[in-house]
Amino acid sequence: MSYQNELYQQVILDHNKNPRNFREIGDTAHSCNGHNPLCGDKINIYLKIAPGDVIEDVSFTGSGCAISKASASLMTTFLKGKTLAEAKVVFEEFHKMVLGDLDPATQQHHLGKLTIFQGVREFSSRIKCASLAWHTLICAIDKTGETTME
Amino acid sequence: MPHFDVEKIRADFPMLAALEGGKPLVYLDNAATTHKPWAVINRIRDFDSKEYATVRRGSYRLGERATDMFEQTRKKVQKFINAADPREIIFTSGATQSINLAAYSFGKKFIGAGDEIVVTHMEHHANFVPWQLLCQEKGAVLRIAPITDSGEIIMEEFAKLLGPKTKLVAVTMCSNVLGTVNPVKAICKMAHDAGAKALVDGAQSTPHMAIDVRDIDCDFYAFSGHKMYGPSGTGVLYGKYELLDALPPYVSGGDMINAVSIEKTTFSKPPIRFEAGTPAISQVIGLGAAVDYLAGIGMDNIAAYEHELLEYGTKALSAVPGLNIIGTAPHKGAIISFTMDAAHPHDIVTIIDHEGVCVRGGHHCAQPLMARYGVPATARASLAFYNTKPEIDQLVKALHKVLEVFA
Repeated sequence: MSYQNELYQQVILDHNKNPRNFREIGDTAHSCNGHNPLCGDKINIYLKIAPGDVIEDVSFTGSGCAISKASASLMTTFLKGKTLAEAKVVFEEFHKMVLGDLDPATQQHHLGKLTIFQGVREFSSRIKCASLAWHTLICAIDKTGETTME
Repeated sequence: MPHFDVEKIRADFPMLAALEGGKPLVYLDNAATTHKPWAVINRIRDFDSKEYATVRRGSYRLGERATDMFEQTRKKVQKFINAADPREIIFTSGATQSINLAAYSFGKKFIGAGDEIVVTHMEHHANFVPWQLLCQEKGAVLRIAPITDSGEIIMEEFAKLLGPKTKLVAVTMCSNVLGTVNPVKAICKMAHDAGAKALVDGAQSTPHMAIDVRDIDCDFYAFSGHKMYGPSGTGVLYGKYELLDALPPYVSGGDMINAVSIEKTTFSKPPIRFEAGTPAISQVIGLGAAVDYLAGIGMDNIAAYEHELLEYGTKALSAVPGLNIIGTAPHKGAIISFTMDAAHPHDIVTIIDHEGVCVRGGHHCAQPLMARYGVPATARASLAFYNTKPEIDQLVKALHKVLEVFA
């Protein structure tokens, strides 16, 4: 196992360095501040939802490690145009993948390019880094507020 | 300084021969917990296999011998920190419980609405949250002594916080993040001049320098066994006897009573009043072996060697491009916290872990301090007398890997 092949791949390093959709959305009722007390990472997610429960825009701000930032960045690029129901399915699949309960090579999924995070399952202390943005997304869909990874 | 034979010392610690992912383990997280020498491991094994019984109960000889060994350990600890009386040594589960005990029992008796407790901006949560909770419960006021950018208490500002309402000052002797060694003797004197008591958090100082609680003149002194090469689940609260004798119990139940009737209970004298229930018997015996081991090497020798490591490490890390050391006080223990422009502390830790180097990344249970420096987290290398200069070189090499990955 190599951290460069499994964890710090070029796409992840690129999204860390040049995060996409790294901005606030001011006029939305859907936002949430996510916090990982273990490492101090803070990811804030903003969502704009169009009629038909379609994600019209999604963005993030905050500070964190390369994994949490890249995960948030890739998540925002992946979700635009998806419905909330589709987003929740992908959240479940992503969660299972990083915990090692879903193998994208052999099982059906809708994760697309997000499978780049499957190597995280080998780094148990970093799983929460990868999933912080997704937990915060679910919080933002349901309500405005705060969520803490326990 | 006499030659410090670190290779001979390393042979005493079996964990140091371990491999991590096929690479020699470079363990630089000693501020979190330390490894144990054979002397401690063997002492516990011998006690558990030949001498084990409960203490302070029953009158059979096996139990009497175990009790005697347990109380001998109390005397060893007393001597180790130069307390006046073994009855001033309370065994706890660790520094956290020691401070909670002091906060609860001292707070119950002596803290009321409007009273003030002074801590510093560099405290570990264990010497911060118990006082914050106590103040909330009693309607007392928690005041925070500010620190400089280099990580020293601003003594003029600290002095201004002391007044007739101050009941207690709680300060760390050595910061677990910055490494700063605070002038605790002067701080205790200032507290006493204001009519307050003083608690010193010795979790990071006791394993690394000679401690004399009578010279410091603190009223309480707290530390952990597992940070001083002893077993986890052990700790000590030292308290001046008269003060301890004035305090109500913290945890109640077996062992700590004088007499119990349906109407009322009277309590034992210190330290037993504060040691309810069966203690961590084998572990306390093991702590005694750790104290003997450290005393055999000599705390002044340990401090001198660790200072040499600190100077070497500070210089070596300063030369890593984009690395910023947090905590640059002139008087420091062997702790180097740092951030890197290129990478978040969590990423640093993962990468160098795979080079065999263990350091801690995170807020180090000191979130107010992280806020003071405007960082979410730091990486921290904390050294012990079994570490070597080649291990520091290994750390530096691993940090260059971080630079490569995040180039």
